[in-house]
Amino acid sequence: MVKEIERAGLPVVHMCTVVPISLTVGANRIVPTIAIPHLLGNPALDPKDEKNLRRKLVEKALKALQTEVEDQTVFED
Amino acid sequence: MGKIKVVHYINQFFAGIGGEEKADIKPEVREEVIGPGMALNAEFKGEAEIVATVICGDSYFNENVEEAKAEILEMVKKYEPDLFIAGPAFNAGRYGVACATITAAVQSELGIPALTAMYEENPGVDMYRKDIYIVATKNSAAGMRDAVKKMAPLALKLAKGEEIGSPAAEHYHARGIRKNFFADKRGSARAVDMLIKKLKGEEFETEYPMPDFDRVEPNPAVKDITKATIALVTSGGIVPKGNPDHIESSSASKYGKYDIEGIEDLTSETHETAHGGYDPVYANEDADRVLPVDVLREMEKEGKIGKLHRYFYTTVGNGTAVKNAKAFGEEIGKELKEAGVDAVILTST
Repeated sequence: MVKEIERAGLPVVHMCTVVPISLTVGANRIVPTIAIPHLLGNPALDPKDEKNLRRKLVEKALKALQTEVEDQTVFED
Repeated sequence: MGKIKVVHYINQFFAGIGGEEKADIKPEVREEVIGPGMALNAEFKGEAEIVATVICGDSYFNENVEEAKAEILEMVKKYEPDLFIAGPAFNAGRYGVACATITAAVQSELGIPALTAMYEENPGVDMYRKDIYIVATKNSAAGMRDAVKKMAPLALKLAKGEEIGSPAAEHYHARGIRKNFFADKRGSARAVDMLIKKLKGEEFETEYPMPDFDRVEPNPAVKDITKATIALVTSGGIVPKGNPDHIESSSASKYGKYDIEGIEDLTSETHETAHGGYDPVYANEDADRVLPVDVLREMEKEGKIGKLHRYFYTTVGNGTAVKNAKAFGEEIGKELKEAGVDAVILTST
């Protein structure tokens, strides 16, 4: 799906936990996330901290979308 | 040579420990033959024997690859096996990646012959096919008997250091290795045979398959994110409560498109996941954990992004055929482009 949406002409950022799969699939902009069943959250945190964590990850994704890449790029910290 | 000693690797599910709610268990070792190991043991016909089974949760392995690998290598080493077998994993993505990763590690770091088995669309195949032998299986555990029948003989050959035949003869995923051999007919004769078959519309096998590098060039970056319309897409199965379009929990045949106009926050009242391939507890409690509508709404209000697109698109990426996923992606991409969306955040569990 990532690849076909990119092929349609839209930049896509793939947010996922298992980065090697994303690389194999062919995503170009990749942001690693927390855990498979809660990519963008952590049930161990209180709701406010959890939302902050999610916000940071989404900001990272938006930054990836604003970054020119020539090849597959994993956006670590 | 005595009996070949085998260590077998399986996940929490095939060990009978549990499903997705147990996918986070750490590696453990049992000196028993468990689940698919029984069928393998029988198929060894006395030549080899499983001395221990390593069990690890699929999520634990994939979220902690380095630790899991180190722990499992220690466990395997202790038994000094002659052979290591992982799986079969069929079309289970995380299990397949775990099987292939650990098989490659045992082979390269411990120098023990190793093999695994899975379906051709399992991501583990493309990640490791060049490094290890991966027997080709069907896409579900209904293919267990067939898988075991192909795995056991190849495993024995590897353990005994015998010569391994071609991928077609030994039923493994081609590794991209070229081997010199003497054909019984010369090249020109083989080419003419092939051409005749092709002209007759018969099946023929090329001697030089073209590599399939399906890569898409990255699109240019978003110039001004504060004016951009961002769309959300997920393979994590987030749907309105009740799953109105009945998206399947695995092997999805469709995707959904849902209106989120006026929705500030996804809650346990409004949304849930239809995905059958991960523990749904956290996403059902708060679907923003997979599809971050709450945060994007906030940023939309603050003017950090132009707009969150009115619809999100969703499917279940769980053993979903590549052909289906490709078709979903094509349709979704086209619609988003026509709707004037500038960029996409796609989340995958």
